Amino acid sequence: MKRRGVLKMLGMSAAIAAIGLGSSSLYAQQKTIKVGILHSLSGTMAISETVLKDTVLMAVDEINAKGGVLGMKLEPVVVDPASNWPLFAEKARQLITQDKVAVVFGCWTSVSRKSVLPVFEELNSLLFYPVQYEGEEISKNVFYTGAAPNQQAIPAVEYLMSKDGGSAKRWVLLGTDYVYPRTTNKILRAFLKSKGVAEADIMEEYTPFGHSDYQTIIAKIKKFASEGKKTAVVSTINGDSNVPFYKELGNQGLKATDVPVVAFSVGEEELRGVDTKPLVGHLAAWNYFMSIKNPENTAFTKKWADYAKAKSIAGHKDKPLTNDPMEATYIGVYMWKQAVEKAKSVEVDKVRPAVYGQTFKAPSGIISKMDEKNHHLHKAVFIGEVKADGQFNVVWKTKGPVKAQPWSPFIPGNDKKKDEPALMAEKK
Amino acid sequence: MRLFLLLLFFLAAPAAALDPAALEKLATGDGDERIAAIGALAAEADPRALEVLKAFAEGELQTAGKRVLIVRGEEAVDAATGEKVSPLPAEREDVVANNRLRSAAADAMAGLRLFAPERAPRLAAAKELAAGADAGMLPLIRKALEREKDPEILPLLELAAASMEMKDGDKAQKLAAIRTLGESASPNSKTLLAEAARDADEEISLEAQKGLRAVEGRLAWGERAGLLFAGISLGSILLLAALGLAITYGLMGVINMAHGELIMIGAYATYVVQNLFRAYLPAAFDWYLLAAVPAAFLVSACVGMVLERSVIRWLYGRPLETLLATWGISLVLIQAVRTLFGAQNVQVENPAFMSGGIQVLSNVVLPWSRIMIIVFAALVLAGMWALLTKTRLGLFVRGVTQNRAMASCVGVPTARVDTWAFGLGSGIAGLAGCALSQLGNVGPDLGQAYIVDSFMVVVFGGVGQLAGTVYAALTLGFANKLLESWSGAVLAKIAVLVFIIFFIQRRPQGLFALKGRAVEA
Amino acid sequence: MTRLYGTKGWMAIAASALVLFVVFPLLSLAVPQGSPLHLSQYWVTLIGKIMCYAIVAIAMDLIWGYCGILSLGHGLFFALGGYGMGMYLMRQIGREGQYQSDLPDFMVFLDWKALPWQWWNSDQFWWAMLLVVAVPGLLAFVFGYFAFRSRVKGVYFSIITQALTFAAMLLFFRNNTGFGGNNGFTDFKRILGFAITTPETRMALFAITGAALIGTLLLARWIVTSKLGRVLTAIRDAETRVAFCGYDTVHYKVAIFTLSAVLCGIAGALYVPQVGIINPSEMSPANSIEIAIWVALGGRGTLVGPILGAGVVNGAKSYFTQAYPEYWLFFLGLIFILATLFLPKGIAGLAQQWRERRARRRAAAKTATRPGTARAEAHPAASAGAHAAARAEAAAARTRPAREAAAERRDDPGMAAERGRA
Repeated sequence: MKRRGVLKMLGMSAAIAAIGLGSSSLYAQQKTIKVGILHSLSGTMAISETVLKDTVLMAVDEINAKGGVLGMKLEPVVVDPASNWPLFAEKARQLITQDKVAVVFGCWTSVSRKSVLPVFEELNSLLFYPVQYEGEEISKNVFYTGAAPNQQAIPAVEYLMSKDGGSAKRWVLLGTDYVYPRTTNKILRAFLKSKGVAEADIMEEYTPFGHSDYQTIIAKIKKFASEGKKTAVVSTINGDSNVPFYKELGNQGLKATDVPVVAFSVGEEELRGVDTKPLVGHLAAWNYFMSIKNPENTAFTKKWADYAKAKSIAGHKDKPLTNDPMEATYIGVYMWKQAVEKAKSVEVDKVRPAVYGQTFKAPSGIISKMDEKNHHLHKAVFIGEVKADGQFNVVWKTKGPVKAQPWSPFIPGNDKKKDEPALMAEKK
Repeated sequence: MRLFLLLLFFLAAPAAALDPAALEKLATGDGDERIAAIGALAAEADPRALEVLKAFAEGELQTAGKRVLIVRGEEAVDAATGEKVSPLPAEREDVVANNRLRSAAADAMAGLRLFAPERAPRLAAAKELAAGADAGMLPLIRKALEREKDPEILPLLELAAASMEMKDGDKAQKLAAIRTLGESASPNSKTLLAEAARDADEEISLEAQKGLRAVEGRLAWGERAGLLFAGISLGSILLLAALGLAITYGLMGVINMAHGELIMIGAYATYVVQNLFRAYLPAAFDWYLLAAVPAAFLVSACVGMVLERSVIRWLYGRPLETLLATWGISLVLIQAVRTLFGAQNVQVENPAFMSGGIQVLSNVVLPWSRIMIIVFAALVLAGMWALLTKTRLGLFVRGVTQNRAMASCVGVPTARVDTWAFGLGSGIAGLAGCALSQLGNVGPDLGQAYIVDSFMVVVFGGVGQLAGTVYAALTLGFANKLLESWSGAVLAKIAVLVFIIFFIQRRPQGLFALKGRAVEA
Repeated sequence: MTRLYGTKGWMAIAASALVLFVVFPLLSLAVPQGSPLHLSQYWVTLIGKIMCYAIVAIAMDLIWGYCGILSLGHGLFFALGGYGMGMYLMRQIGREGQYQSDLPDFMVFLDWKALPWQWWNSDQFWWAMLLVVAVPGLLAFVFGYFAFRSRVKGVYFSIITQALTFAAMLLFFRNNTGFGGNNGFTDFKRILGFAITTPETRMALFAITGAALIGTLLLARWIVTSKLGRVLTAIRDAETRVAFCGYDTVHYKVAIFTLSAVLCGIAGALYVPQVGIINPSEMSPANSIEIAIWVALGGRGTLVGPILGAGVVNGAKSYFTQAYPEYWLFFLGLIFILATLFLPKGIAGLAQQWRERRARRRAAAKTATRPGTARAEAHPAASAGAHAAARAEAAAARTRPAREAAAERRDDPGMAAERGRA
């Protein structure tokens, strides 16, 4: 009786093979340019990533409405890697080899990027990565449109050290235990030491993923703050844990005027779920805020509001919000489009050099430029204070765009690193 | 407004208009100029100055050309003169305050309020100043000290004065200040004393060290109290999350992996009720929770009953398969909520009476929301106990779960009782969701965070034992918080899990085992 | 030793071996790219991954389907095997990492100067293989011994295994544990000196995985047809009675639990080089529940069922996440619900039911002409509880193996006890 089952299995594997063989022959002619979207639509990261998928779709719609690229329409291919890191790699391979997309926009967490990176390098394709991250990486197959640590973390700490920021002398580095907070805090620790902050005046504290009870942590912060001069908290708490953290902060009466908290992962979208009245004055450092006033941003926020309404995107159709990763995504799509037009081709090796030095009038109000070498954007840094309505007041900004330093000078050994991707050609 | 009028009367400072130069500096100057401007405005001791500072701190100040306006909604008054400005000038710019300025403005306002005729604002102002303020406020505080008679406000002011004298008084003043600070129990005193303990002057240093020890001793009690409260609070949350499961799993034997999603549905029901109140009953918004509690219960209970009738009913006696089917249900529910409400978190606002906290000791604030949840958990527990032991339905439920065949023989409608019992368990999960919405995220993944914990609590307490669930929740809550303060959050969680594993291996029946025939039936 | 398979069974296995070891490599390596017959890397890795999952599913079936122990911690053993292999692969990167250091990149990150003790000897392949087998095996042995000795059963066992994998996940998430924290291990370059991304290496890994799968299947088949297998099934059906008969059930349960963990470890080790990443989320309780779902969907207590289940669920996942990215969870959830409601014996059971019905019809037709020769073979040897309709056939029931009759009476008696207890 068993053998029938085995035969059945055989049949199925043959069927799978047949699908595989069939699908590779489907792409004989191409009237559209396919672009891949690799953002989690389910699982833990869906809360942050879903909206980026819609941002890419909006930009694609916009480009198509204006006639597409090189006379061809863009065709978005959406997949759901489901916050599952091995699935990210599988889906990336699928997008590149099965769907033959010209470029992929996607990923949020560092681990998802690390998971797909070997795939993009092996198959020589392009990824636009739109989220602030820990740096320590330059790949020739990735364009990083989010901030490196020197475009977010260090300016924020400098601001808190300044007179206007409250001249903080003692520091709590609080984060979720994963690589972005660890690296950022390592860089910050080195930076603070270089500014003469003593070891005893820095407290580093980590919480597990999905931590939701911040009573003890806040008690610890209070105790630490009472042991010396002005204390500030640098929070790299991961998206979802921020709501309980801020709710506890507000309820425990830790006011921004006493102990300001500056966060790198808290934007308009994260504050959506929080009553912000008790949080007025706490800070966030980003390269874009929805409240920034300039014509580009007005147009951008309006476009998003209209798009959300037209597509009836749950949550955003009633209360449209834009945030930094959305802006970075939007810039990424346009940079790629301009580069394709410049290269007159979608071939990766022709598009890549065309992206270098590409500029775009960003909603943040600056002319954003892709660095000629290091695959990162030049970005202006803004420090915003939380307002009662969940938006941010920009209290400080850099004079102009800041060049990214993916290899942070505060990590030993990085001074020898080249500020450009090590090309495979050089290695061989 | 009354306060301002009274203040006006009291201070008798009939200034026609505020110093326009100071106002302009406040609106457009750089950091230091603005601090100076706040001082200058405070020195005018004018009620309008208080109003301007208040507007400044709350972000209601705008400039239109050279004029500085206080804009509230569609109405504006000139900050300098208090005249109404209409129509609103089209070109206006926000005057942006930052933390430093806001803190200076708060101090200045507190200083001004020290002279209010009523006790409440004076007390609040004194508390604020005692918690740490700029030394520039000293003359004002001294003046207030002369006038103040109230026995509660007076020591606060003395403390505030002492903490300022610590910074730039002479030696005798400093020593006196150290003694005053040493008698307090505020974190601010600790900061100041710790600094003074490093003073070059030996006498000051020794005195400060003595004071520091005394203050730290008092603060340590606060820390212990805080820890105790944190443990109870976490325990009450675990209890709420697990109570529903204690019925559906503990009594009925359904391994309900969708339990977390029933909690989530309760939280979303709360969110919907909140929105309805905001839209249709804005006046009664603060009381939306009163409506949300039954709503959350009913919605979750209905979903639970539908699930019981449509899926779980067919799987009684195959418990491990209920695990798989309910896991499927949980996936469907998560995705359904995600499609309906969006993937992002939704905002559930604490009603006014639940935000903030009560200061029981200088370094212990007990948030109202957590206190309410502890009370709520106790009420739910009491209600559930009463329902199971005092009502006919409870009798039936116990009868059916203990011996289904016999219960059926004596005429208990077992199928209907199953549905009601499952509905009850689900409804209680909904209540948990309603409570959790006040503390954390409300998002599609809410339930996933609690499912493992809930099962741990029920199993640890002993399946089928309500009392066991209560003890288990409180024990785990305490253990977690105690370990957390000692070894960090990550290791604490691991240690608690490992402890449960070992415990179950020693006592497979949990804390409270059922005795007698039922055990090996 | 019992005869494992009939002639046709062996032929089927030989045929699948032919497909895995000859046809697929040819299609992938010899057929030029662009040809419609070419098997792309995507399919090679996808099928390879599913075969790893299939091994896990068989391992799970051995303890759940045949011994009635539902472990919700099998993801842990899988991940431990993966980590064992991952450590070796990390060391194989050598100085080609971002920091050109002898240490893996994440350690340079954390400012570590030397390898921590867990990494001792990790550059040796034989050591990695030893870890892959020994760590999950040892953990399962110790954990299983204490759990079974204290008679932790049914749901209790499921829940503490869940706690175990959850605790391990949190532990591995910690950066200080020394296994790369949340990022885990990735960006592998070489295995045994071969570049890991070349089609040849991939195909070799694929073939090894296929061999491992066939090996696991044969091993499992041998176990369930041996005396050990019969005792296991008896434990599943009535543990107390088996104990009264003089068997020490603890030993049997520990043995099969350990073996199952080792198989998971091997699957994990094969999985890592193919998907290119291992990280703690493999240990999340949800993953372990999913393993149980593959088995339940495919058919508990059959050996082909778990393979089918792993294939169908993961195939569906791969397909739906692309075809209906916004709604795929609905499909997946519904599959689980409907499968448990309407396919209590899984997909394999469905096929069986159909065959039985046909056989019965044929038998009925024959009885009309030639009475008294109901064929015993009409009843599946390894079926977990025969189909309800088969009960009608009293004559055949007498010829059925004892364990099957017992299986019919029960409905997971361990669980029934739990229920009775409440």
